[in-house]
Amino acid sequence: MNTEENVIEISGLTKRFKEVLAVDELSFQVHKGDVFGFLGPNGAGKSTTIRMILSLISPTSGKIKVFGKPLTENRKEILSNVGAIVEKPDFYLYLPAIKNLEILAKISGKEVSQNRIFELLELVGLKNRAKSKVKTYSHGMKQRLGIAQALLHNPELIVLDEPTTGLDPHGMKEIRDLIIRLSKEEKKTIFLSSDILSEIELVANRMIIINKGSKIVEGEVSKLLNTNSVKVTVEVDNSEQAVKVLENTIWYKSIESITENKLSVNLEQKDIPTLNKYLIEKGVMVNALVPVRSLEDYFLNITSGAK
Amino acid sequence: MIFTLIRIELLKIFRKWRTYIGFIAIGILVPLLHLAMYLEGQRSLEFITRGLRDSFVLVGNLLNGYWISYIILNALTIHIPFLITLVAGDLLAGEATAGTYRILLTRPISRIQIVTSKFLSGLIYTSSLILFLAVMSLVIGLIIFGSGELIVASPDSIIIFEKSDIIWRFLLAYGFAILSMTVVCSLAILFSSLVENAIGPIVSTMAVIIIFIILSAFNVGILNEIKPYLFTNYMLEWREFFNDPMDFAEITKSLLVLSGHIILFFTATSIIFHKKDILS
Repeated sequence: MNTEENVIEISGLTKRFKEVLAVDELSFQVHKGDVFGFLGPNGAGKSTTIRMILSLISPTSGKIKVFGKPLTENRKEILSNVGAIVEKPDFYLYLPAIKNLEILAKISGKEVSQNRIFELLELVGLKNRAKSKVKTYSHGMKQRLGIAQALLHNPELIVLDEPTTGLDPHGMKEIRDLIIRLSKEEKKTIFLSSDILSEIELVANRMIIINKGSKIVEGEVSKLLNTNSVKVTVEVDNSEQAVKVLENTIWYKSIESITENKLSVNLEQKDIPTLNKYLIEKGVMVNALVPVRSLEDYFLNITSGAK
Repeated sequence: MIFTLIRIELLKIFRKWRTYIGFIAIGILVPLLHLAMYLEGQRSLEFITRGLRDSFVLVGNLLNGYWISYIILNALTIHIPFLITLVAGDLLAGEATAGTYRILLTRPISRIQIVTSKFLSGLIYTSSLILFLAVMSLVIGLIIFGSGELIVASPDSIIIFEKSDIIWRFLLAYGFAILSMTVVCSLAILFSSLVENAIGPIVSTMAVIIIFIILSAFNVGILNEIKPYLFTNYMLEWREFFNDPMDFAEITKSLLVLSGHIILFFTATSIIFHKKDILS
């Protein structure tokens, strides 16, 4: 992958707030056309990284290039081609939605017509409430207005920091569909942060997981999540008996007893039915088989740890 | 771009309820003072001129709009700073409180442009408040009480200005008041750049002004040494425009000191804001 194809290049990015190391030597690239998932539990350093990419805070060390250019020296040029929602969408509450968008359009670095503003309000389903003051909006409506303001100047790169936070399932789906549409139809590069793996899995093609400010894993979502190796939690009537039964087979990779009624088996995805059949044939009562992909399991662990 | 930003800032300022507190306060207070002067002004005037009346015969309308405006300007210049800080203290901190720094600073505009537009908008607000005070006190005062000679009492003399020699003095005095209040506005914006809540800058600015005024009021050796460094010491220099002859050296010195403070506060705010991490 050469430099021109990277929309964002982060290398050795570090941010320290006095004693707290928020981001630690983080490096990754976002390619043109990616829907790039930026995943990590609460407090992992996602928002701090995003704020550095958007020049809201300055890095302690490290380099940020956007569209192949150093951010600090080319801030204005870069930001004229970036749309963003950073954490919760906040607006001038005492102004109507349309006035908020008009203000932001004037300072977005590109000509934005009144028609474009109405198109976007229609896109996010707020056209009928365009003249209402934002203080009368629900969280979901503000979130949708946030999407509209990010798209105002038709940017190439869209940075969305947890855009579905606080939305109901229907609202979450609407945002997901919009992200997919922006990526597929309008060929936008989308940098999407979330602390929900399944959300990233549904829309992203590449992703990175960070924890405590450091990179854990980076790569294509399909490769990282759809591995053949899975861990299956098996609920049985007697886990010791089940372990003994399975020890005589060769198709599992590793096995461990968790509790009296639960054991964990690492095996190939295709062998899950065999596992079920074999245990039943050997007189072990199987109550449930729950496959957990290793990355998902890992992510659940760090997420619960963060909580 | 800077004009666009100023227009946006003015829109934000004048769409907020707090902006009108100053105008409402002046709009209520000045007519009340006019009423008080209408009822009791003659007695005040006689008290001021009691020494003169033994030696001179004072003729004409001395209880006029000019005299009332002079009294009001004297009374209110101490309190106007509070009305200025209500808006100026909110200019940067208000964005932090509302979380709107994030949508503002992710646009292709520099931080220095934002600070400059906020300063200039603050200046426009300050000027409009002082001009409103001028209209309320001088114009309405002239309508109600009519014009006449202006009698000004100082500790060691009483000066009477002819009717034709007054208006330009008021214009310069209000101009000077705008400069003085811009210092207050600049200080409030400086404090506003440091915090994420407008209450802090409002209280801090008022605290500085009150402390400086108290320090200026004491005529004690060591305090006299530091007086030249307190900007409040120069804020009432507009009174010099109602002196005869005027001390131009003192006026120039005050103008320079106050302008210097504005530049200093603007520069400090720009540096702080340029380096500020937006965490709100």
